[in-house]
Amino acid sequence: MAKKPIQFTLNGSETAVFVEGGANLLDVLRRGVGDLTPKHGCSQGTCGTCTVIIDGEPHLSCITLAELAEGRTIETTGGMGRGEVLDPLQTAFMEGFAAQCGYCSPGMLMAAKALLDRNPNPTRDEVVEAISGNLCRCTGYEPIIDAILSVAGRGYGRTA
Amino acid sequence: MLTVDTYPTLAEAAQNIGPGSRFLGGGTIVMRSVNYGDQSFNRVVRTTDPALKVIRAESSRVTIGVAVRMADVIASSDLDFLMPAARGVGGPAVRNMATVGGNLFAAHPYGDFTTALLALDATVRTSDGREQLLETFLADRDRFAGLVESISVARPMRGDFRFAKVSRVKPKGVSVLSVAAWLPKYSGRMQNARVAFGAMGPTPLRAKAAEQALEGATLDDAGVARALDVACEGLSPADDALASAWYRREVAPVHLKRLLLERG
Amino acid sequence: MSSVEFRKDLFADERSDDLKEIGKPTIRQDIRGHVTGRSPYYDDHLFDGLLHMRAVRAPHHHARIRSVDTSAAERMPGVKRVILPRDVPHNINTLLSLISFGRDDEALLQDKKIRYRGEPVAAIVAETERQARDAVAAVKVDYEVLPHVLDVEEAIAPGAPVVNDEYPNNTFDYHDLYDHQKLRFGNVEAAFASADKIVEGSYRMSPIEQAPLETCGAIAAPETNDRYVCYTSTQALFFSLGTTAKLLDMPSSRLHFIGGTVGGGFGGKVDSLHEPLAVLGARLTGAPVKYCFDRAEEMQVGAPRGAELWRIKDAITNDGMITARQFTGFFDSGAYTRLSSYAVVKGTGHLPGPYTIPNVASNVFCVFTNRTPATAMRGFGITGVDFAIERQMDRVAEAARVDPIELRIKNAYRDGDMKAHRRVAKNTALIECCQVAAGKARWQLSHEAATASSLVGGGIGWRAEIPETAIDGVGKIGERRAGNIPAEPAAGTSAGAGQTIAAGTGGESEVAVPPQSDDMLIEPGRTGYRGPSGGNGAERPAAPPSFTPSPSYQPPPSQPSYRQAPSTPTTAPLAAQQQTATPASPAPAAPTYQSERPAYTNPYASSPPSQPQPSAPARHPAPQPTNTPAGTSSGSGSRASSDKPYEPSEPFQRGVKKPGVSRFISGTRRR
Repeated sequence: MAKKPIQFTLNGSETAVFVEGGANLLDVLRRGVGDLTPKHGCSQGTCGTCTVIIDGEPHLSCITLAELAEGRTIETTGGMGRGEVLDPLQTAFMEGFAAQCGYCSPGMLMAAKALLDRNPNPTRDEVVEAISGNLCRCTGYEPIIDAILSVAGRGYGRTA
Repeated sequence: MLTVDTYPTLAEAAQNIGPGSRFLGGGTIVMRSVNYGDQSFNRVVRTTDPALKVIRAESSRVTIGVAVRMADVIASSDLDFLMPAARGVGGPAVRNMATVGGNLFAAHPYGDFTTALLALDATVRTSDGREQLLETFLADRDRFAGLVESISVARPMRGDFRFAKVSRVKPKGVSVLSVAAWLPKYSGRMQNARVAFGAMGPTPLRAKAAEQALEGATLDDAGVARALDVACEGLSPADDALASAWYRREVAPVHLKRLLLERG
Repeated sequence: MSSVEFRKDLFADERSDDLKEIGKPTIRQDIRGHVTGRSPYYDDHLFDGLLHMRAVRAPHHHARIRSVDTSAAERMPGVKRVILPRDVPHNINTLLSLISFGRDDEALLQDKKIRYRGEPVAAIVAETERQARDAVAAVKVDYEVLPHVLDVEEAIAPGAPVVNDEYPNNTFDYHDLYDHQKLRFGNVEAAFASADKIVEGSYRMSPIEQAPLETCGAIAAPETNDRYVCYTSTQALFFSLGTTAKLLDMPSSRLHFIGGTVGGGFGGKVDSLHEPLAVLGARLTGAPVKYCFDRAEEMQVGAPRGAELWRIKDAITNDGMITARQFTGFFDSGAYTRLSSYAVVKGTGHLPGPYTIPNVASNVFCVFTNRTPATAMRGFGITGVDFAIERQMDRVAEAARVDPIELRIKNAYRDGDMKAHRRVAKNTALIECCQVAAGKARWQLSHEAATASSLVGGGIGWRAEIPETAIDGVGKIGERRAGNIPAEPAAGTSAGAGQTIAAGTGGESEVAVPPQSDDMLIEPGRTGYRGPSGGNGAERPAAPPSFTPSPSYQPPPSQPSYRQAPSTPTTAPLAAQQQTATPASPAPAAPTYQSERPAYTNPYASSPPSQPQPSAPARHPAPQPTNTPAGTSSGSGSRASSDKPYEPSEPFQRGVKKPGVSRFISGTRRR
């Protein structure tokens, strides 16, 4: 079976991997590269838990053809924070009870990070819109929205 | 076993597409089929042609390349009238992927953006150089075997174009229906009005009876009443998990009225 | 940030307010893993050479399998193994067989007849998921499509297609006797006859998919010591372990199951569908195998909360007191039993809702149809009927022209009241709940309703007593299908046989079987119990001393009552009793309730409500202390005499009895 080599930057590290024809980026990140932080939820672009940031924009890795990642810059939840020091968004999620089962959290964090990277001071409506493609079955969303808003306006990105 | 072939131009991709292959735009439709093991194709064809990403504004019309994404539409000042329709598609991540061209092929209940295009007298230019009305194209969509290059839409006067998507989940959900209306006015009365519904048939459809009923009418309760009575003529909504055909027929005139009278 | 409001003023005298955690913000212990993406869900384990399993699923609701041709699939690239029903060592099971409830009725892979759309008939293990999908598409199954039934009432009609051959009447067998679960308390027919008004309603609920973000799945791999490790999304690890051991006919000591981190469950991950096939795949290939639902399977095949249909008939007085309530309920179990049989028993124990009604009867059916098998979801067994009851309360309010909240307060149960399942209500708070809700909604209540209290007015007179109860033997297994009884399922909720059980009795199960296994006898030495003599109980007494469940005590999901036969878990005292009840001697006295209830007396007392003691007053014929361990009831004789009302040696008390500890902490957790 012919596999294609691709290279991209993952959370700041140069990464190379061979991909099968038709492989999606989520499978390649998880089983090819070993970054298990993006999750599999639907394989059809509905739930958002596989959300990663590609060149600064949120994308759904489960419906991204892996070869399209060639030469791109990819961020996942695995790249947030440094060791014990968490990203302010992660801390806000912890303190605000913005996760219960935790399965949507990596995607939610990516959607929130993509928003705050571009717009460090969003309104509540903008936050709601930013996570509108991410489903959560546990929290009812309010704690997540509140957690993201608690980071807004505090110069997100300058300290992380 | 699946192969992916990438070509530098649309023309070459068009030459190399055939039975058992599927053209990949933004991926939101085709990758879902790939992931679910769709057995109707084993080859994916794509192109990196930069010409497909161009938005070109002319005097009365705007041409949109098929690879233009929903996020690009939102960011374009030439396409400000289409922003509500583009924002109606998916969440931000989907809008960073989904293309204008792909939306033409989105099966019910998707294809809300195409509903907006349909109400703007859009034409479709295919890779063989042919140009046809979007309405004609959609009627024959399932048999279309080529590739689309661009879409051209009329540029409405400010305030003349309206779009609404109705879904049960807020702020984002799949369409119960979507409705678009282009309402050019001459001395306060409508001429050549266009009304299109999404999720009210196998493809987005024009509500021609309503359009005729709006001819010469004014935008007030009395003026739109007849159009509302015939709003569902020619539409063929389906039962699905989101709504029954009956429900869709019941609420379509209600939402059309709100759109026409701006009582959102 | 939180919209939760703690009303510590209610029952303040019962609760000390020095709680260190409850009501105060806290950081979840597992949340750091969640926000860093490091929480190890079952799929977050990497294995070299991981193989992927996909199931071949039936496209019909109901069909006989004529033949399965896997020859093309076997030759497909990457295919490692095709698994057929004959490869499953013990290919028949029912989920609750682990606690001896119900009969085995479901194959892991089906070889004769498929009973719901999506039922698996084979499985393919291949190197990639895509290869497995391609091979599944290449399997040819020849089906003889059979007539199907998707509606509960059609399913119990004579002549309906037989869905589940183990239960050829399309109803689960209760107590080896009836086609439904009975509840009888008082005499509803007599109350209907003397009612001012009758209010009837019918309520229908669709199935609901739990829709967890993480779909159900498992990864199994050969491990050292001839064991198999299995990472699973299960919500019921030991169910999954036991089920796998049974279906694969292997000792559970060879299975190393790891779960606990679940990407949303809501009840939909208790059915143990994945682990047996994943482990079987690992056994047959010698390699790690992953088997998971995709989203479409999760929706179509993943077991939902089942559909329910409830009919409620109430007898009411002109001022809105409910004097009788009759239920006919249907749980749509889908094609197999899974947990619906238990949901029916649990639901029956809940009737008639949080209201004190002197005459209650119900017939609840667990019905097999050609729909996706149903399972647990968030309060299943209760949620649906609560919806029905509360809608019915609104209808009663309309019929009686009484404010709907006042109507609820009027009929609400209060501490000390006897419930239809013959236990005394305590810790009741419906009245207070209504008052708070009315306050929040700025809903005007009368002075009487606004000052009512759950602590006052309960447990007095008829409210505390078990009435003389009319019983019947209608609805024996098979009668309905044979057309020997009216299809109307509620038929015979009254004096079908003209029999009664004397007032003040009826709470006792007269039949009880010993524990299935000696293992289930509680050894005082192991529980740390020190007997009255102060010894540590090293030798097992014939009748172990009383056992107070600790807060952490958690029974298996079916919560079999320790006093009842395993076939009647939770609250089925009466039905079990009916099996042996001798026709009662003529009713010893006039019924202790009056069919016309006394006028609603204002329970409001001008003095502050006094707090009744947790222990019910002795006049309450509190029926059953549950704090007796298993194994004591069989023929113990001390309370076998049926001519004397049961008198417990100590009042009913469940849960923790310690100073400063809330009575709300129950010894058992509810699902």
